[in-house]
This record gives sequence, structure tokens and C-alpha cells, in this order.
Amino acid sequence: MLELLNINKGYADGRQVLSNLSYTLGAGEYVAIMGDSGVGKSTLLNLIAGLDTPDAGEILMDDIAISSLDDDAATRLRREKFGFIFQAFHVLPHLTLSQNIALPLLLNSLSIESVEQMLVAVGLQGRSHHFPSQLSGGELQRVAIARALIHRPQLVLADEPTGNLDPDTAHEVLMLMRTEIKENGASGIIVTHSKAAAATADQVLVLTKDGLHPAVTN
Amino acid sequence: MNRSQIFRWLLFGEWRAHLLQATVAIIAIALGVALGYSIHLINTAAYNEFSAATKSLTGQSDLHVRGTQAMFDEHLYPTLMARDGVALANPVLELDVVVLEKQAERSDNKLKVLGIDLFRAIEISPDLIGIPAEGKPLDGLSDDAIFLSPAAMEWLQVKQDESLQLRAGTQTINLRVAGGLVRARAGQRIAVMDIGTVQWRFQHLGLLSRIELKLAEGINHNAFKTKLAQELGEFYQVTESADQETRVNNMSRAYRVNLNMLALVALFTGAFLVFSTRALSVIRRRHQFALLRVLGLTRWQLMRQILSESAVLGVVGSLLGLIIGYITASFALQLFGGDLGTGFFAGIKPVLVFSLPTATVFFLLGLGVTLLGSAVPAWEAANAKTAPALKSGSEEMALKKLAKPWPALLCLGLAGLFVLLPPLFGLPVFGYLAIALLLIGGIALMPYFSTLFFSAALTAISKRISNVIPALTLARLANASNQASIALGGVLASFSLMVAMAIMVTSFRESVDDWLGQVLPADIYVRLAASGDQGGFQLPQQNAIAAIPGVGRQDFSRFFELTLDPGRPNITIIARPIDMTDPRNTLPIIGETVAPALLSDDVVPIWVSEAMVDLYDYTVGKQVSLPLGAAGNDAQSFIVAGVWRDYGRQFGAIQMQLSDYQSLTGDLNINTAALWLQTGITAEQIKTTLNNLSFGDALEITQSSEIRALSLEIFDRSFAVTYLLEAVAVVIGLLGVAASFSAQTLARAKEFGMLRHIGMMRRQIFQILAAEGGLLTVLGVVLGFVIGWSISLILVFIVNPQSFHWTMQLYLPWGWLVIVALVMVASAALTALIAGRHAVSGNVIRTVREDW
Repeated sequence: MLELLNINKGYADGRQVLSNLSYTLGAGEYVAIMGDSGVGKSTLLNLIAGLDTPDAGEILMDDIAISSLDDDAATRLRREKFGFIFQAFHVLPHLTLSQNIALPLLLNSLSIESVEQMLVAVGLQGRSHHFPSQLSGGELQRVAIARALIHRPQLVLADEPTGNLDPDTAHEVLMLMRTEIKENGASGIIVTHSKAAAATADQVLVLTKDGLHPAVTN
Repeated sequence: MNRSQIFRWLLFGEWRAHLLQATVAIIAIALGVALGYSIHLINTAAYNEFSAATKSLTGQSDLHVRGTQAMFDEHLYPTLMARDGVALANPVLELDVVVLEKQAERSDNKLKVLGIDLFRAIEISPDLIGIPAEGKPLDGLSDDAIFLSPAAMEWLQVKQDESLQLRAGTQTINLRVAGGLVRARAGQRIAVMDIGTVQWRFQHLGLLSRIELKLAEGINHNAFKTKLAQELGEFYQVTESADQETRVNNMSRAYRVNLNMLALVALFTGAFLVFSTRALSVIRRRHQFALLRVLGLTRWQLMRQILSESAVLGVVGSLLGLIIGYITASFALQLFGGDLGTGFFAGIKPVLVFSLPTATVFFLLGLGVTLLGSAVPAWEAANAKTAPALKSGSEEMALKKLAKPWPALLCLGLAGLFVLLPPLFGLPVFGYLAIALLLIGGIALMPYFSTLFFSAALTAISKRISNVIPALTLARLANASNQASIALGGVLASFSLMVAMAIMVTSFRESVDDWLGQVLPADIYVRLAASGDQGGFQLPQQNAIAAIPGVGRQDFSRFFELTLDPGRPNITIIARPIDMTDPRNTLPIIGETVAPALLSDDVVPIWVSEAMVDLYDYTVGKQVSLPLGAAGNDAQSFIVAGVWRDYGRQFGAIQMQLSDYQSLTGDLNINTAALWLQTGITAEQIKTTLNNLSFGDALEITQSSEIRALSLEIFDRSFAVTYLLEAVAVVIGLLGVAASFSAQTLARAKEFGMLRHIGMMRRQIFQILAAEGGLLTVLGVVLGFVIGWSISLILVFIVNPQSFHWTMQLYLPWGWLVIVALVMVASAALTALIAGRHAVSGNVIRTVREDW
């Protein structure tokens, strides 16, 4: 489903973060990517999402070369096939919970009937008219998960989704995320520093300057 | 459908959270549109009514024959009546006559009296035929009958068969109101009498003002007009209705255009405010827009979202502005009249007319200005790189492009180029463009100067700073100056314009005051209340005035109007004693002159006002001819010996020696006597003596100090609307400060929360906010003063001379400027503080935890 072919990416200051990185993610797979700070984990997610372009190499999503798409086409691909979860929840403060969750549906011209169902799925039933300021951090991340999955994307990208949460809430959110990704038949990539978080994935990969490698398990 | 739902959610969500900013933007647009629209409505109503009223006096004639002077000999009438191609000739004598009862009200005591030939006028100007009382069908020919329009009857408080006393020179004429002019326009104050009666009773025997011609069918109007004009020579003008309209248009065009431009200033200031509120709103929502991009909103969709939000503000503000503008215009017309007290359109009653195309233009102007103010922020947001925009701290990056000085320098360079260009269609179009560019360029430089100034200040004092307040204040201003500078955009625009207008008005007022001192050197001025163009004082009366004891010196002057171009308003000829050893002792001369000693005896010198140079190219040293004296004589040749400043007559005036005028024309009448009192004699004594003369009750006696005070009062009244527009621009600017600082401090709630976490007191945060607001406004005021001063130079030295054809000296109202600057700084600091209270009063834990 997702193929990374010899990806290279450096920054304007000359720092090279990704060199000849190749990887293939199959449909329904859920992997965690770990690695040192600054190694390029978030950059890799941005490249996959078409938010940034590689200096060399190709990223194929269902055989579509993302880097060859113009901005509008990349945006449409992202809109339809991707779901995002961030460390800083990024929930629009002036919209209600149901409005926040419905955004991807509206952008894809889909019915918003499934929003209530999704709220129930993430444990926020009866709170559709609440505003983000009325929610705790864990609840906000549930909203973000609901928003990432509501339009049934093929791939969910999560960047340190539990970085702002306490361990108990983090575990709860991670399990919810896994369950929902699996139930929706999506694939998932989670970037994290947390071993506990990584452990909820099917496979744990480590990103180094040499590329992506399976983590050594003890 | 679904996308429109997103639009609504985002729009109402934003409005719910930041209602103040949205309201301020709407008010700014509404005020700007309202001012522009109301001024336009008032001007159009007054101009249309004035034009229609003027046209109604000339009926359905094809051509009008006028003298270059106000009146001409009636011998021309039978000649024209008998001319081939003329179907009908209608003689008219038109006078502005003083009403005895109103004599004391000097600025509004005249009634327009038309003398007509009833049998001719009935075919060419039927609207001017009076309706006599029943049983008196021949009243139209009676030698004591006068017919009044309804507005004149109302003004004079008279009814049919009541008597009316009018002035004719030193005599009083008793007349009987014989009936009404039912077809006169609403508000038009006119009277009609038999032409023979007017000639006889008002001492204008054998004189006419114009002859209206109806041409026979099949006659080529243009060919007839050209041939007749050639035959009649320089002493006559042959015109048609279009010339009359051009003339009426030229009379008030500069005034109307300048007033409209002033009104647009408020809208322009509103545009800066919309820009600053929208820019800050977009910056505050930068993360949100980045998220929407991540979720799949395309660049174009995001830009459309932001512009649509602005368009909603523009639509609401513009509609509100149209309603307020219409109501304001309606009240202003009732309270101040069509000329807002300036006297341009006296004696008419304009009616407000709603015109959909005009309303649409102002609506689109308001909407356009709003979209223009939002275009740059929308473009920046749509083109921002999504991944970096999601991270906090990227806000200042968004504005880096605005800190580049070259677009601003380009604007300033273009402004410099435009001030060198001449007027377009007689209007200072490039002058106004230069002002707009100067304002845009100057304001665009604010972020650059802000960074430069505060970085230097921070570097200079960084080693000596021991207090956290100045350290944080300066660090913020030096490193995040773009947002703050944008916040000041609206106030900078309004302060600059206020400075410019204040300098221009002060320069004008001081120049007028100086000029009045020069042109009113005598102690007392005497004229006949009803002298008109014919001159009131004949030789016996002049001798009587000259013989008054206690008068050390008297100068007699002759004033009258002359038409040089039928498409332009009349110029004024002033014949008076001029000091030939040095004309500067008599006239407010500017620039070089031809010394009288260098002139040969066969050349008659004249001194022209600045308008004559601009409008008729009467440059110093040029030989010109003027149609003076009786028709049939040759036009007289003169040499322009100098140019003088005249703030009294914007359409041109010429001064010459009274003795030259009298020897050339044989006209010994005069209009005005200027009297210098002997030491120890009071003005009151002389006034009493003058009033005791046999014609004393017909005199208007005025001390020069009274004329000066009255002139300055009229000046202030004329500029009252300017002060109002300035005040509105300042209010819009201050609203902008409130909205912008409020938006900024709310956006910084997290920063303040963090500062509170690490131990900063609330009052310390207030101190930072007040210091930031104050320091930034000080810089804004300094820059605003420089921009405003530059604009004032354009107004004083480009716009005024090109519009009104007079120059002035530059005066700066320092005291007033300092007071306004202090008020601005204090208001901005206070506004920043009040806005900050809200941000700091929130839950500090919450603000830090919130992800934006």
C-alpha cells in the first residue's frame, strides 16, 4: 500500500536526516517508529503525508507517486486516504466536538451521520455540543483520534500522540487508537519515544541514519 | 453544500470567540462607507438642484447672448430679433437685490429678481410667468407688481397683495406682491417683474443681462452660434445650455472632489484597520489553518475561506454604511443645507435621491476595501508551509515578508514621481495618488523601523538591564515587532492623516489671516447694500464720503465681474488706487513683478491673481486684452505686471489702477470706500457720521476687524466638515488599536500564563503591556508625524494650488500636534492594558495547557 523508495531528505542548513530510506507498509499493518531526537521521524511522516517533498526518491501510495503530485492533488490524496493524530491535539477551539470530528467528512463531501457513532466509539457520547475548553487532555486526544478515523482513511499517521498525556491516560488512548485503526481496516504509523506506546503496534521499527530497521526485542 | 457548512462553522466559531474584532472591523467599514456615501449624496443633490435651478431660469431657449460684463446695452435686442434664423428673442434683466427687511443679514439678504417681457417669455420660459390675482390679468405689466416663488414668499414671510420693500442703490422701492410663480423649483428663491419696470425702478435703464434666442426650424445651431459670436465680437458671449452646465460644474467641482476625497480618507483608514484586524486574526489562527490544510483543505479553498469571512464583514459593514450614510445625508441637508455651510450652493433646497447604481458603487467600494485589506493575510496563510505552521512560534515568520523594505520604498519612490506630474482634467489626481502611496509606503516601513529601533535599543541597554519588565518589553518589540506594527496600522494611518490635515488647515488659516491683514489695511469699509455690479456710489456720494471729518485717507474701489470663458465662472475686476512706486505696498504680491518704472506710457499694467495664471495663462510680462468699457469699443490691451495671492476668488481676479480704469471706460461709479481714521477718531464716530448722510440708511459699514473675524468664521465653518471627518478617522484608528491589542493579548494568553507560572505578578504583566503599547505608539506617532508632514506638503503645495489655484505658506500647529500625540500614546497604552486584563484574568493553568 505504501512504498518508500530510496528517500533522501536534508535541510537548508546542510543537515542530512534521511538517506536512501526504503520501506514498504502493507494494508492493515500497524507499525511504530522510534528513534533519537532529530533523526527525522516527524520529517518522514510529513513526507509520507505530502506536506514536504523528498530531495530524492519516491513515495508511492497505492502506486501513486506522492512527490509528483501538485499541491492540490496531494491535498486531495491526504484528505481521502490519510488520518492524522498530533502530540498537541490541534482541535479547533471554536468548534464543538462533533463539528471538529465532522471536518474530514465535510471536506470529502460525505454524510456526517457517523459522527455520533464515532463519539460513542471514543467514549465521548453525549458531549457532541461541548467545546474543547471543556475537555481534559486525554479527552482531547480521543477527539483527535475520532477525527483521524471518521472518514475511514487507509493510513493513520500519529506523531507522538501520547506525549502530552499521563501514563494511564496514554495507555487508554493508545489502546483506543489501535482498536479503532484495526476496526476501520486502516494501516497505521505511530512515531513515538515511548516503548510502551510502541508496544501497542504490530511491529516496532527504529529510524537511524542508515534507515528503518526492526527493533531488537529483549 | 458540505464545504459551505465548514465555512459557516468556522465563520460563526470565529465570530463567537472574537466578536469585538469582527464588530470593530464592521464599524470601521460602515463609518467609512457612510461618510463617503453621505458626502456624495449631499454633493449630488445640491449640485443637481443648483444646476436645475440655474437651467430653469433660461427656459427652453437654444442660445443665450450675454455681455462679458454683467450687463449690456439693449440696442442689441431689436437687431437679434430681426436677424434671419431667429424665431424668437427674449430679453432678460437679472438682478440680485437687497431686501430692506433682511439688510442686516449680510450673508443672506438678496433676492434674485428677473425682469422679463411677458409676451416673449410665455413662449420661451413659461415657468417664469406669474399667476396674477383674479380680476387683475394685467398685473404682469404693472409697475409695482412683483411675483414671488413659494420659497421666496416663505423666506420673506409675505402673501399675495402684501407689500415688499427692496433696495435700489440709495433708494427704497415699494412693490406689491401680485402673485406666485407656481412652477418654480422647491426652495428656489426668485422673483419676476416686467422688464421695463425693473429697468426703470432699479435704475438700469437701457440695460439687459442676456437675450435668449429660439432658432427657426432647420437652422444649424453650431454654425449660427459661431457666426453670431464672430459678428458680436469680444464684448459678447454666445452660449448654449451645455456651456451653462459646464460653468456650473466648474464652479463647484474642486470643492466637491476635495470633499469626496476627504470622505474617502475615512474609508482608506478603515482599509488599514481591516488589514490589521484581518492580518492579526489570520496570524492567530495560523495553526488552525495549517491543520485544515493537513486535513485536506486546498490552498485555494483556504484562501477562499479567509476572503469569504472578510467578505461577510464587508457586506454587513457596507450595507450598514449605506443606511447610516443615507440617514446622515438627510439630516445634514436639513440642518446645514446642500453646501454644508460653505456657501457654494446658496438659495436652493436640494432633495435627496436614492440611486441604486450609486449605492452599488459605494457598497462595492466598501466590500472591495475589505477584500483588499484581507488579500495579503489570506495569501500568506494559503501559501504558508503546512508542517512548520503547525509548530508554535511560527507566527512572526508569517510576517517576515512584510518587514522587507523594498515594496515600501517603491511606493515612496512612485509618490515622489507623482508629485512632479501636472493636474489631470484640472484636478490633482496624481497628488491624491501620491498621498495614498506615501501612506501605504510609510506604514509598510513601520515593521522595518520597529525592528531597527527596538533592536538597537535592546542592544544598547542589554548589559545594564536589571529589571525584567524593560527586558521583556524590549525583547518582544525587537523580536516580534511585525505583529505589533500591524496592530498600529490603523492608528498610524489616522494619525498621519490627522497631522496632514491639521498642518494643511493651519497653514491655510494662518495664510488667510496674514492675507486679510494685507488686503484690509483701512479701518472702515463702506459700500452700498445694493450696489451690485453697477457700482453704487456716484460722484456726489463719493464727494460726501470724502468730506467726512476725521477721515485721514479714503480709497475708492470699483468691483465687477467679467466673463472671459463661457465655460468658466466669471472673473472679478478690481480697480483701485495702487502704489505705483511699489505695488507690494498695496497688493499681496508673490514672485517677480514688472517694475512700473520699466513700463512704457502706452501700456496699462494689471496685476492678476494666481488663478488667472493657472486658468488663463496670464503670466508676468504677458500682453493680454480685456473687453472693458462699452460694447463696440475695441478691447483694451494690458500687460501683466505681477501676480498676487487671492483667497477670496478662486476663479480669478485682476486688479488695476482706478485712474486707468476710469480713463479707459469713462465709468466713474465705485462700489466700496476704504477709510483710514485720523488719530483720536473712533470708528463709532465715523459710523454715526456716515449713517447721518442722506443715503446713510443704504450703507453697509464694516470695520476691518469685523470683516476679518467674519472671514475666519466662514473659513472655520467651511472646514467644520473636515474636522468631523478627521475626528471619525481618529475614532476608527483608536478602535483599531483596541481591536488589535485585544487580539494580540488574547493570542498571547499562553505566554502570560507561562510568565505567571514562573512567578511574574499580574501587575508586572500589565506593566509590560502598557509599556509595549506606549513605546510602540511613541514610535508610531513619530513615524506618523513624518508621514503626515510629508502628506501635508503635498496638500499645501500640490493639491491646493491645483484644485483652488492659490498657494499658501506652511505653518505647523505644534501645540495641538503634541496634545494629540500624547492623547494617542496614552489611549494606546490604556487600550493595551484593558485588553491585557482579559487575557491575564483567565485560568493560568488552562492557558498553558491549551494547545493554541
